[in-house]
Parts: sequence; C-alpha cells; structure tokens
Amino acid sequence: MLLIPCPYCGDRPEIEFRGGGEAHIARPRDPQAVDDQAWAEFLFYRTNPKGLMAERWNHAHGCQRWFNALRDTVSDRILESYRMGEKPSGGGSS
Amino acid sequence: MAGRNRLPRGGRVDRSKSVSIAFNGRTLAGFAGDTVASLLIAHDIHFVGRSFKYHRPRGFLSHGSDEPNALLSVDRGPGKIDPNNRATVAEAREGLVTHSQNHWPSLDFDVGAINDVLSPVFVAGFYYKTFMWPRRFWDSVYEPKIRAAAGLGRAPTEPDADRYANRHAHCDVLVVGAGPAGLAAALAASETGKRIFLADEQAEMGGTLLHDRTSMIDGKPAQDWVAEALAELRARGNVTLLPRTTAFGYYNHNHIALAERITDHLADAPAHMPRERLWQIRAAEVVLATGAHERPLVFADNDRPGILLAESVRAFINRYAVAPGRRIVFVTNGASAYAAALDAADAGLDVTLVDIRPEGDCGPELAALRAKGVTALTGHTVLAATGTRRVTGLAVAPVSPEGKIGARKILAADCVGMSGGWTPSVHLFSQSRGKLRFDPALDAFVPDQPVQATRSAGAANGRYDLSEILAEGFAAGSAAAGDSATRTFAATPTPTGFLPVRALPTDADPARIKAFIDFQNDVTAKDIHLAVREGFESVEHVKRYTTTGMATDQGKSSNMNALGLVAGILDKPLPTVGTTTFRPPYTPVTFGTLIGPSRDALFDPARKTPIHGWAEEQGARFEDVGLWKRAWYFPRGDEDMREAVARECAAVREHVGIFDASTLGKIEVVGPDAAEFMNRIYVNGWLKLEPGRCRYGLMLKEDGYILDDGVVARLAPDRFHVTTTTGGAPRVLAHMEDYLQTEWPELEVFLTSTTEQFAVIAVQGPKARDLIAPLVTGIDLANDAFPHMAVRTGFICGVPTRLFRVSFTGELGFEINVPADYGRAIWEAIFARGAAFGLTPYGTEAMHVLRAERGFVIIGQETDGTVTPDDLGLGGMIARTKPDFVGKRSLARPDLVAPGRKQLVGILADDPTLLLDEGAQIVADRDQPIPIHALGHVTSSYWSPACDRSIALALVESGRARIGSEVFVTTPSSFTKATVTAPSFFDAEGKRVHA
Repeated sequence: MLLIPCPYCGDRPEIEFRGGGEAHIARPRDPQAVDDQAWAEFLFYRTNPKGLMAERWNHAHGCQRWFNALRDTVSDRILESYRMGEKPSGGGSS
Repeated sequence: MAGRNRLPRGGRVDRSKSVSIAFNGRTLAGFAGDTVASLLIAHDIHFVGRSFKYHRPRGFLSHGSDEPNALLSVDRGPGKIDPNNRATVAEAREGLVTHSQNHWPSLDFDVGAINDVLSPVFVAGFYYKTFMWPRRFWDSVYEPKIRAAAGLGRAPTEPDADRYANRHAHCDVLVVGAGPAGLAAALAASETGKRIFLADEQAEMGGTLLHDRTSMIDGKPAQDWVAEALAELRARGNVTLLPRTTAFGYYNHNHIALAERITDHLADAPAHMPRERLWQIRAAEVVLATGAHERPLVFADNDRPGILLAESVRAFINRYAVAPGRRIVFVTNGASAYAAALDAADAGLDVTLVDIRPEGDCGPELAALRAKGVTALTGHTVLAATGTRRVTGLAVAPVSPEGKIGARKILAADCVGMSGGWTPSVHLFSQSRGKLRFDPALDAFVPDQPVQATRSAGAANGRYDLSEILAEGFAAGSAAAGDSATRTFAATPTPTGFLPVRALPTDADPARIKAFIDFQNDVTAKDIHLAVREGFESVEHVKRYTTTGMATDQGKSSNMNALGLVAGILDKPLPTVGTTTFRPPYTPVTFGTLIGPSRDALFDPARKTPIHGWAEEQGARFEDVGLWKRAWYFPRGDEDMREAVARECAAVREHVGIFDASTLGKIEVVGPDAAEFMNRIYVNGWLKLEPGRCRYGLMLKEDGYILDDGVVARLAPDRFHVTTTTGGAPRVLAHMEDYLQTEWPELEVFLTSTTEQFAVIAVQGPKARDLIAPLVTGIDLANDAFPHMAVRTGFICGVPTRLFRVSFTGELGFEINVPADYGRAIWEAIFARGAAFGLTPYGTEAMHVLRAERGFVIIGQETDGTVTPDDLGLGGMIARTKPDFVGKRSLARPDLVAPGRKQLVGILADDPTLLLDEGAQIVADRDQPIPIHALGHVTSSYWSPACDRSIALALVESGRARIGSEVFVTTPSSFTKATVTAPSFFDAEGKRVHA
C-alpha cells in the first residue's frame, strides 16, 4: 500500500485517497470551440508513461483536497507532491 | 513413552513437560518444544503422506517452513479442521489430533499409488495431452475425476470457529528473522533508542543457532549468546519481539504484512485470544535477515521417507533430541553437511559421508570428520536410493572428474541427510522489487540494488560464515537506525566450500528414473528435460507447464535446482535464464488471518437511518442499498412481498403513505458564486431559480453521460440544498470538489455533505396535506402559497424543518427534512395521526413501483454510464443557452448525436400477467438468423397495482420511433411478444402532484 504525502495532512496510507489519473491536462477554456479530435484527446488520451508521472490524488477520507504527486510508475516511489496550481520542483527530493 | 528415537540427552525440548498427540488414530508422546515432525520422528515415523501426483510415500524433507512433503490435516475440534499444516512448523501440544492426507482408503494401502506405475502417463503437461478424446468424456468423466483427485488436503466443511485479529503498527526499523544476523541487527538498531520490531516465524528466536551445539560467539556457546541477546532486547523498552510471526508480504513503501500465530500451540487457549493476528507494519527501514534454504540433491528416488536435508537431520538431533535414523548417510557437495555429520556422530549414531567433490577440493572439514572416525567417501555420486516406504540404503559409486562412473556399492541406511548447497531466502527482498544478482561462487541469486528502504544481511545476503553474518547483521541494523556503528564478533569459523551440482551423475537411463526436483508437485528432472525439449524455454513457462515451484512451499527448496537444470539443458548461463517471480505470501496464510474480524455482521459497515429502529419494530424487510439498510416493504400478517407492495402502492394512490427517504444524498452548496457553480455543474439553468423553489437537476460527466440526478432547492441566493441518489452521494461530492478545486478555484463556494444531518420523511398521497397540516407551523401549506416544487423553512412539532413539496410517486407529496436526531420522533408524531387517514408505511419496493408507473428514472437502473439526457427523453432540461457546463461539449460528439441511439420507452407484454425479466434482451424479429440483433434491454419491470398489469421500462434502439410497434423480449426459455409504449403508465400528464 502506497504511503502518499498529502501536501495538507502529511503521509497517509493509500486507502484514504482516491486516484484521479494523469495531472496537468487542462480543460479547454472554451470547450465549444474545440474540434472533435482535440476534445476526444482531452477526454480519453493519456500518456501512460513508464517512469515519472504526474498524477492527481484526492484525499477523499481526509481533508478532501485534490493535489498532484510525482510518482515513478516502475518503482512506485513518490518523489514529491504539490498543491493544485503549483508546479513540481523538478526531479523531486532524491 | 517418549519414543525409541528420542536421544537420552540434549535438545531444547522440555523433558519435564510431556505432551501427547494423535496421528492417524495412534496416540504418541513427546515433550513440550517438539514440533509434530520431531515428535513423529521420535517414534521412528517418517512415512507421513502420499505425494501429489504419483501418490508415492513421503516423509519429512526439512525441519522448517520450507517443508514440501509432510503436510498434515490438523483437527482442533468442530470448525477448527485445518488441512495442509506443515508438520515441521506445527507445534506439538497436548491433545492435538493430526491425520495424513492424499490417500484412499489409507496411508498404508492407497489405490492412487497406481499412478506411480502409470507415471509415463503423468509426464509434464499431461493434462494438456491426455484427456483430449473423446470430447464428451471431458464433462462426464475427466473433469470430475481430475477434480476429485486433485489437491492435497480436504477443505473444511464447517465455518471457521476461530477468531482472528489485526493490528497496524509503525516502527523505525523492522528486522525480519531472528537468527544470528537478525539478532545482531536488532541489538545494533535498538542501541539508538529508536522503535524496533523483530519478527521471526519460529516459536523460539535464534534461527540456526538453536541447533548449533559447537559454535562459539565471543567466547560463549552460541545458544548462550542467543539467550543473552534476547534478554538484552527484552530489557530494552524500544524493542517489540514478535515470535511465531511470519513476514509474508513486502508491499509498497515498506508496508509489511505479517501473520502471528497466537493460540495454535496452546492446549487450553483462553477464549478471548484470537487464533492468529495479521500485522501490517509500516517501517521506516527494514532489515531482511531471512536466512537461506538448503537444496536437495537430485538422484533417483531421492524422495523416499527417511531422506532429509542434511541441516534438518542436524536440527532434529541437536534441537529436538531425536534421531531421524540410527544409520545415517550424509550426501553432500559442500562443507556445511560435515557439521551435521559430526553432530550425528557425537550423538552416537552410525554415520557415513559421501561427498561429490574430489578429495582435493574438500576443505579442512574432511580431515576433522575423519578424525572422529567417520567414513567419508569423496568423489562419489549417488545412483539411487533403495527402499519404498523408508529408505534402506544408497547405491553409490566413484565418479571421475570426467564423469566416468565406477563400480557401485550399497550403503545401508535408515536415514539420509543430503545437501546440495544453499539458496539465500530472497523472497521478501524480491517482493520489495529489489533486483537480484547471480553470484557464481555461491551458485545463487543474492540481493543487489534495493528499490525500497531495505537491507539484507546474513545468509539471506549470501553470507555463510558466522562471524561475517553477525558483523553484517550488526552493521545493517545500525545503518537502518541511522547510525554507522560496526562491531566484530569472534565466532567459530564456518566451513563454506561448495561445488555446484545439478542432477547427480548416474549410469542409469535418465528417462527411466524418478529424480525429484520439486517434491510437492512430483516434478522430476526428466519432466524439466521434456518441457525444455517441447519448447518451453522461459523459466516462467517451464514452471507453469511442469508445475515446478508451485503450491504451498512455492519451491523454496527446489527452485534453484530447476533453474540450474533448465540453464544446463539450454546451455545458457544461469543469470540469463533468470528466476521466476517471488510473490506473496512467503508461506501459506489462512483466509481467517487475512479477513480478521471482517465477517458476518462486521463484514461491512451497516448504515442505518434514524427511523431504522421503528421499521424493525414494524417487521419491515430490509434491502441493502450500498452500505445502507433500507426498509424494503412492511408485510402484514402472512402477506408475501407482492401482496404487501400492492397494498402499500394502493394506499399511496388512494390515501397517504409514509416513506423513509433519509438515505438520499444531501450536499449544501453555499457561497457568493453558488449559483454560477451550479450552472456549470448541472445541465439545468440555476441563475433564474428563485429562492424557495426546487428544480429537478441532472448532471453529466465530462464525457456527456449522466452521472446523477436529484431535486435541488434554492434556499437563499447563495445557498442550495442539493439532493443526490442514495448511492451517488460520495461520487457527486468528489466530482463537485474536483471541478471546484482544480478547474474553477476562482469560484467562492463551499461544499458540505449533509446526508446524515437530516432525516427525510416523505409523506405522499392525496391526503398528505391534511395529514401534516396541524403539525406544521410557520409555513402556509395552501396549494397556491406552497405549490409543487417549492421549499419552505418552518417548524414541524416545534422542530425546525426544511419542507419540500416534491413527489417521486406522482402523488401530492412532501419531503420533511428535520435534524437527524428528531427524525424518529417526528415520524412517530405523524404516524400517530395517521390512522384516520389510512396512513401506510411503504418501502423501497413500493417506491420503485410508484415511480415506474409514472416513468421516473433511477440513475444506475435506467442508466449505465452510457446514457445521455436525450436518451431518457430529458433533453428539454438542458439549458442550451448556457455557454458551458460539464459535459456540454461532449453532447455534440458524433456518436452522441448519431441516429439509432437507445432511448427510454415503456414495454407492455402482450400477456398482462407476465412479468418481464429486468435485463431481458429485446429484438425486433425472433426468427432472424443467429446472432439476433438486440435492440436493447429491459431496465425496470414491476407488477403495477394502478394499471392492474405488468409494466416495464427499457432502453431500445430508436425507441421513441418504435412506440406502438411490436417487439420480442427474451424469457428464460424463449421469447414473448410485447408492445413499445411511451415511458409512463399512469397520470401521464402529471396532474396529480398539483392537487
């Protein structure tokens, strides 16, 4: 079970969280102006990387805050977590 | 008495405490401290089971948790029968009842033993090859027979009568294994004052030192050193010792699962104690000191009872004071078995040693053994074992360095101790995703780079010399605790010379002998050869095709021999062949331990409304909706469900009914931007909804499909009372929070779940207003003052209420929201007035019927995550002038506007008494060639008291265009004819709610 660093509450076990998929996929500002292909890519296309991935987490059974975390999908190591609207510090703490 | 093979002296058993156990009906005596295995060996019993496939007689191979053969069924009373217990792990205690397995009718006379003669049939992958024809035999003969023959022990038939516990813990350092490395690690780590856990799978801590009579550590006998180390650790307040506790799973971020055996070894376990406890420990650092497994040697009939691993012979003699035989031949390819031979000789047993290594390759251990007067044959191979139910001897022969085999001779023996070298126990390290490295000198995989905060030490790390083991353990423990202390230990040197050998050289035709690799699965060397010959080159494929390394022991003793053999046949270096994946659990874990207290009433939390107790007292039947217990219907007398529901529905239509709607999800949406937020989340428009009014709201996911629905009341310009479906509340709140926090952080809105703050009492029916009117104060209930889809705040029975005039039944109705603590009192006050009005409590089933008669949908029943508002005929609710809302763009996706989508319709079977199956498929023409094109399916189906016939809702391709046409609906045996209708069967214009 992952130990997830909530930026508001600290390290908490994975069961307190709900995963929210890949992070930094901005909802188009004017969805109606987006063509079908671009909209489909926003809705469904994800990079699914092997290695570092920024992903969204919701501390559902805690502070209910959404935040982002940088996780290595191979080792499952979480390098850092950061609040919505923030950028990762880059490369993480190790 | 204590058994004829009990040695007169020594061992760690307590000779002052005798225990007796039963084995296959025989009562046998032993001592406290015995395992079932050592107690049986004391009585010269080795033949304790039949093997999996060939039903060959089997005895003990090892003395520990890696035992593949000696699996017994242990009977501790009704509901406490446990199959496949390793006799080498189960502790002997007074009154324990054990039975051997996998034979019929008895251990001695077993019909299945014919398989040994028929073994050419049971080669690797036989089940893929043998039972091919005739086809019809598969169902009637092969499968039932194979199922009956498969498996080892019998699954218990009674529910488990034991209790299990679980516990979570955190620590700074978890040390797994309390042998020399683990003890040294725990000593070092605990010196720092940090919180240390030390877990070991055995009853006694000390590991291999518990059967080491001769080694000295820092001038003390090894066992004294163990006692002092444990006393020291016990005295330190920062150390928790967990004996009888197996770390079986190493998960992410140093999350370790351990199973602690608490009462199995107690004859009179106190009732309050659980049988086992699941520990889940989150450790900052882990030290793995899990030791190593000895490998068997591969020669013909190496599975005969009485043939054990050499170190196990030593453990039985030294630790348990039992002689596994009186005439013991040790066979080895390395130095470690010499210690066992010396100890056996010291115990007064007749000992011979056979070493595969040429004389010149042997170390000083050879001279030391010969000096004791023990015969040692070097440069010899074993051709075969003799004997069937017990080994009677070994056929050995000299073998030249070129592999030429000389004249054979028979060494008589009633016990053989074999040693094929050692395999570090890297299971937990590998589960932690650490990479392994092949060490050619050790002929084994050892831990390389860890991925988590973990260190391996001692034999688990490929160290076999005692002083090195202690030093490495100490350094690892100190480092894990954040320090860098080291210490040297003066210990007796351990001879560690070793010559890797796969199958022993033989002059026999390899295709005609059974030289076992995997004892538990009856996999022989020739099976491995066959698998590779048939093209299985990946070790993972070889494992699955031959089943080597599977089942309860997971190949702890056998894996390296299998890998080495595969590499040899393929002529590839062993590291390129690799290992199979090590998966949890390390040793078998009972389901009870994993489940813990989560069974029966505690299986899931039960959510109950404030009115639950009242419904119970009225004899309501309940149904589960998510975690909620909801009153389903209220039978009177001997009514069945259909009669009760028909009566409840009629009462609502003709008089008035009362319904507990407290489970409805409720979210308070508050803030200056609340209306704007609602506008973006729902398809409906909210800006113009006046305070005091309600609206039925529909929300979509971004993909355009319906997520949830519910009535929303605007209490004030900046305050909405949102209701959701019972099951959808958490999902909806998370959805709202997601958009609020991540997409529109500029909106000033607060979301609060209020589901459990309100009890909701629905009063529905033509007499609803008259019923509640005298109880309500501060609200004008007159029809024009308080119309349908309005909300008011006031009091009922003096209690503050949010009173909704809404209806999910199609009748005049109110939903009375009161603080949850008052729920039952208000309900009872209304009920007390009800007799004169024909007031009837109704449950969820009647609620479903009433809403279906009107054609109201239930999200999750009429919808399945692929349904749009237009599909339900609710397209008119969409505020199309809004520039954007969640899901709006997707409603224009090509597939969502394409013709031929499934639409909500009614379905009336031609036979009005026939209740269609929910989920039944709908087709246009039953005589089409197969596969018949399905137009859709029935989503809801009920007996309608109001229509006096069956009704159904369905999603049907282009359904609205088919209204009036004929379709066919599947029944369990065939089709039935039905007509497509509009999705409303009663008061289609919806006039009654305005009464």
